Amino acid sequence: MQLTHEPRLLLAILAPLVGAALVMAAGKRPNVREACSFGAAAVLFGTVATLIPGILEGKTFHFTLFHLLPGLSISLRADALSMIFAVSASFLWVVTVFYSAGYMRGLQEHEQTRFNACFALALFGAIGCAFSDNLLTLYLFYEVVSVCTYPLVAHHQDEESYEGARKYLTYLTATAKGLVLPAMVLIYVYAGTLDFSANIRTGILPDGVPQVVVTILYACCILGFAKNGVMPFHNWLPSAMVAPTPVSALLHAVAVVKVGVFSTVRVMLYVFGVDTMDQFNLGLPTAYFVSFTIVVGSIVALSKDNLKARLAYSTVSQLSYIILGVALLTPAGISGGLIHIANHAFSKITLFFCAGAIYVATHKKNISEMSGLGRAMPWTFGAFAVASLSMIGAPPVAGFVSKWYLLNGAFDAGSVAILLVLLTSTLLNAAYFAPVVYQAFFGKTRPEDAHHHHGEASPAMVIPLTITAGISVLIGLYPQFFARFLHLIS
Amino acid sequence: MSLSYNDTVLSLLIFSPLVAALVAGFIRSENGLRWFTLLVTAALAVFSLPLYSRFDPSTADFQFLINSEWIPALKIRYAIGIDGISLLLVLLTTLIMPLCVLASWRYITTRVREFMICLLVMETAMVGVFCALDFILFFVFWEAMLIPMALLIGVWGGPRKVYASLKFFVYTMSGSVFLLVAIIALYVQVDSWSIPEMMGRPYSEGFQRWVFLAFFISFAIKVPMFPFHTWLPAAHVEAPTAGSVLLASILLKMGTYGFVRFALPITPAAVQFFTPAIMWLSVIAIVYGGFTALAQTDLKKLVAYSSVAHMGFATLGIFALNKAGLEGAVLVMINHGITTGALFIVVGIIYERLHTRELDKTAGMGRNMPIFATFAGVFALSSLAFPGTNSFIGEFLVLAGGFQVSKSMMLFVVPGVVLAAAYMLRMLQRVAYGGTRNPDHSGVKDLCFREIATLTPLLVFVFWIGLHPAPFMRVMETSVQKVLQQAQAGAPVAATPPVAVLP
Repeated sequence: MQLTHEPRLLLAILAPLVGAALVMAAGKRPNVREACSFGAAAVLFGTVATLIPGILEGKTFHFTLFHLLPGLSISLRADALSMIFAVSASFLWVVTVFYSAGYMRGLQEHEQTRFNACFALALFGAIGCAFSDNLLTLYLFYEVVSVCTYPLVAHHQDEESYEGARKYLTYLTATAKGLVLPAMVLIYVYAGTLDFSANIRTGILPDGVPQVVVTILYACCILGFAKNGVMPFHNWLPSAMVAPTPVSALLHAVAVVKVGVFSTVRVMLYVFGVDTMDQFNLGLPTAYFVSFTIVVGSIVALSKDNLKARLAYSTVSQLSYIILGVALLTPAGISGGLIHIANHAFSKITLFFCAGAIYVATHKKNISEMSGLGRAMPWTFGAFAVASLSMIGAPPVAGFVSKWYLLNGAFDAGSVAILLVLLTSTLLNAAYFAPVVYQAFFGKTRPEDAHHHHGEASPAMVIPLTITAGISVLIGLYPQFFARFLHLIS
Repeated sequence: MSLSYNDTVLSLLIFSPLVAALVAGFIRSENGLRWFTLLVTAALAVFSLPLYSRFDPSTADFQFLINSEWIPALKIRYAIGIDGISLLLVLLTTLIMPLCVLASWRYITTRVREFMICLLVMETAMVGVFCALDFILFFVFWEAMLIPMALLIGVWGGPRKVYASLKFFVYTMSGSVFLLVAIIALYVQVDSWSIPEMMGRPYSEGFQRWVFLAFFISFAIKVPMFPFHTWLPAAHVEAPTAGSVLLASILLKMGTYGFVRFALPITPAAVQFFTPAIMWLSVIAIVYGGFTALAQTDLKKLVAYSSVAHMGFATLGIFALNKAGLEGAVLVMINHGITTGALFIVVGIIYERLHTRELDKTAGMGRNMPIFATFAGVFALSSLAFPGTNSFIGEFLVLAGGFQVSKSMMLFVVPGVVLAAAYMLRMLQRVAYGGTRNPDHSGVKDLCFREIATLTPLLVFVFWIGLHPAPFMRVMETSVQKVLQQAQAGAPVAATPPVAVLP
């Protein structure tokens, strides 16, 4: 592995930060403001894209921002794992800029400047997490995401959104400060550093740390990054659904939950390491633990009629696939988990884009009211169908690749129980997505919709969701793009 | 004696404000007084800066020493000097003073001359306390501080100012009595008032315990440690902004400074004996302060109780008796001075505009005041130890030091850490957003240039210490090492050091 001091990492971090400042400055002129958002997103994606060839050659890029104390710094690194997250997050931001311009203007929302600025800041946090070189930097950007998304969740500024935002912030900061922070300090006391290890095997904990301490630290990290939606700290996610749909899309696909799972996975592999997890038998118990979330999340999703709520619980369930895969500790399992970060991102953002487009076009939130709408909005529901297939794990859409890896991993780990969990959840996924699509295309048009002539939402919304649906298919057909990174993670 | 900078700087820093206070007595115009005091304090702040560059961080000895006779008959000497720890506190004092003047610009409208005189006398006493190396000299400055502070609260304070002022005076005065007894007891043993000479003496263990207890009562009231904290919220709520800032930023530090300067080096055996009890008191302060702050509806009370919690971190770090803990504690002292001082200025800004500090009545005012909301947000985040800000480094080190002593004790600190986030974010949410039915703040103006100038230096330090603490750690390092050596001298020989894997 080569080490390089890479200013492009700094550029990647600064692009959304400067973007947020420009958005604030250009607040009075909406077109300039949106141009700033787009510019920042494009610079970010461009920068990340230029890192890809180097990473594929096996390089690791580093950039140190600040030295705080011995063994403690704020520094950035780009390696194969970062790239899986960074590429999907930065690309989806470009798409979301267009979509949210269409959505927010379509609904004539207030405070669009604050909205766009916080959006950029949330991306600043997400990219920071992706490029963190140590636990402290990861924690810093994790908290940045928590704080900067508060105004987004509370955007409507009514009772419901304040309540949801309060719950959101309470869950996320309480777990981060109550579990991750003490674990981080103790890891520093033991290891003398918080820098992630260079490979996924060794971790950074020295020999001789008692098993009980390692187990407690590990549990603190799994539960403390509550953005990963693992039960019992998942409740903030459905509450945060009060936010405008582009926020939900961002929350679910890019910035928030992915930051949570990414952090969890990063810590599992690069702080504890596969060997330590093997040695202390932490892998399979974690897999069983998150299996509960997978199954229960899906069952709750079945019971929801509100489309966004159903998607929210689907996210809770799907995120745990990622942790489950990594916890299997077999190469196939880890690959399946990690590639699901990208696969889930593209498919889930499509689903949320669709939910938003449906709402803007028809002001409908509940699935039971969407009967027959597919005929009026073929593109939107077509994309929804594609993304649903991905969630279920059907070929040739992206989700199939993840599931294939995960099933392989479960075989390698020799765990029948995990196999059963994966199969059950696939059935449940089908059970809560298929009826939505079926009803929309083949259900009767409801009498009160008959005299309304519903059509597609504006192209600013429909084009992005078509693109993301298309990419979901593409990375299902050509999984090599993200899979190439997986081979470099060792 | 030559008149170089090194030989004169401390004396000038101590006595120029006093001279300026005399001059201020002859100034007629109120604005003239404001400008005069601002210029004097700002000039002193600039004048004190070379202290940092001329300070030699490689030695733990006292520097910029002056040691001359004062009252030979009583062996009292005029001895002053600073080490790495007091250097930071002196600089904090000189930096905070001009900001206090700025924060009082419009707030104080009556008896401006007397107010400014009080501020200047305070500066003399505060710098004197951190520089004094003769115990009687120290005690003179220590007591001299009480009167102007009590006046600041009692004359320019809120509705219950007399009660608050008296409570403050009685509490600290009774603490001082114990301190005086301890000083005299030490004098009888050593036959000198010199503080360095009192350190590292083979006092009997019983004697050390009594002296330590006297120290403890005096300093614990000043910090204030639970359960001696009840004067603090009353004093803060009634005090004018500048009074609150001085109280929080400088005066509370004197308690922790007392522990570091006197208790640890002079009575090490007693420190070893009492350490567990004091650490537990600190833990209680952290959690109790957090819960109480969460329940407050008055902004100043909220910040005051958060001080109790923050100072709990400082005493916890000091009595962890290891490098990480003590360095963290000194940083917490500096950070608390910066952040809580700033928060009191922020509350003062709110009060000047709305004439209330009730959380409900201030709800949503940040929506019309983006600059104000940004400043308040940064300081609130700093107060809850957001990573990247000053408090984070301090609390991180204190926690690391604490974990090396006892993991189970630290479990009880964790709720305090979470509570800090809870009460600060609650305050920030209310002030910046409020609810759906906010009072009308449409006529309220955003910060003016003077207010921005007051808060900006503090903002710089929040991020400077948070992102590049090396310059601050560098000067205190050897001094901290020496204090630790002195404190360890009292440790039983067989005691094994706790897990010390820190670099």
